[in-house]
Amino acid sequence: MKTFPARFCRGLLGTATGIALALPAHADVGQIKVATGQVFVDRKGQSLPGRAGLVLEADDVLRTGADGSVGITMRDNSLLSAGPNSIVSLERFEFDATTSEGRFDARLQRGTLAVVSGRIAKKEPRAMTVRTPSAVLGVRGTEFVVSVDE
Amino acid sequence: MNSMARRFALLLALLVVGCAGPTETVVLLPNPAGQETAVTVTRDGREVVLAQPYAGARLGRGGAETFASDAGQVRARYGAALAAQPLPPAQFTLFFVENKDELTDESKKIVDSVFAEIARRPIPDVIVIGHTDSVGNDGANDALSRQRAEVVRAGLLARGLAADQVVTIGRGKRELAVATGDGVAEPRNRRVEILVR
Repeated sequence: MKTFPARFCRGLLGTATGIALALPAHADVGQIKVATGQVFVDRKGQSLPGRAGLVLEADDVLRTGADGSVGITMRDNSLLSAGPNSIVSLERFEFDATTSEGRFDARLQRGTLAVVSGRIAKKEPRAMTVRTPSAVLGVRGTEFVVSVDE
Repeated sequence: MNSMARRFALLLALLVVGCAGPTETVVLLPNPAGQETAVTVTRDGREVVLAQPYAGARLGRGGAETFASDAGQVRARYGAALAAQPLPPAQFTLFFVENKDELTDESKKIVDSVFAEIARRPIPDVIVIGHTDSVGNDGANDALSRQRAEVVRAGLLARGLAADQVVTIGRGKRELAVATGDGVAEPRNRRVEILVR
């Protein structure tokens, strides 16, 4: 098999790293603004109480109980809110506040979710997705609701 | 179809849905600002576009079907999720004296409305975004826009906001409120936006 010259690959790697570094990987991706009933945030193997005011990180998973609901505001002004018995993962969030460039992928594994897209999707609609177990939802300056029923 | 047959058909439909494994449903909501919106639903390489208010897609094992939902159905299924939706960010704009980081007199009064909005929210955080007009180069304008944002932030902190509640962003001349050519002095572009979230 023919391989690319090492220099080309290093260049490519360098470019990829450069792009990754250009988008600030803030620990702070959003904040819980509303929480009622049972709400948990799973983070690095731990389960934290999901209180209003909690600052969220990429990879956080929000879970609500039978009486729970939670609403969050992301750094790009996207609003996500989930009803009871829901599991929502913030799989990826990168955002450059100066240019509005970024990437936001959230996943609804179970339950109900209401979405209002923010600056990332306004700048580049393809840069934001909401995934369900079987589909990918693309966002174009949008408010929508989605549910996954077992 | 008489009503008995209809009920039977409905029951059958529910049973089929119930046996078909997970069902996923998506409904596009109307945009309050009346802007054009859409959501795309892609599964197995096939894309469905929902572009009308309350247009829905239902995905089951059998495939995808579109349907027309309405406000009542959405309220019934998604009421709790929608009730938990945070207030949308409220935006205020303050204007500056040319080439300075000093607010115009009218803008000083707007600061009171900002604090009223902050008081209305249970967990407020504030983003202060500085802008310039198109006079000068990017470097100078980025610095000036940041400086303007910092002045506003200092004012907010002086009136009692906590330091970790307020962040600043300088956008220079990248986002003019009034489109002009480069190098145009335009008072409406020399501004700071405050987002209360």
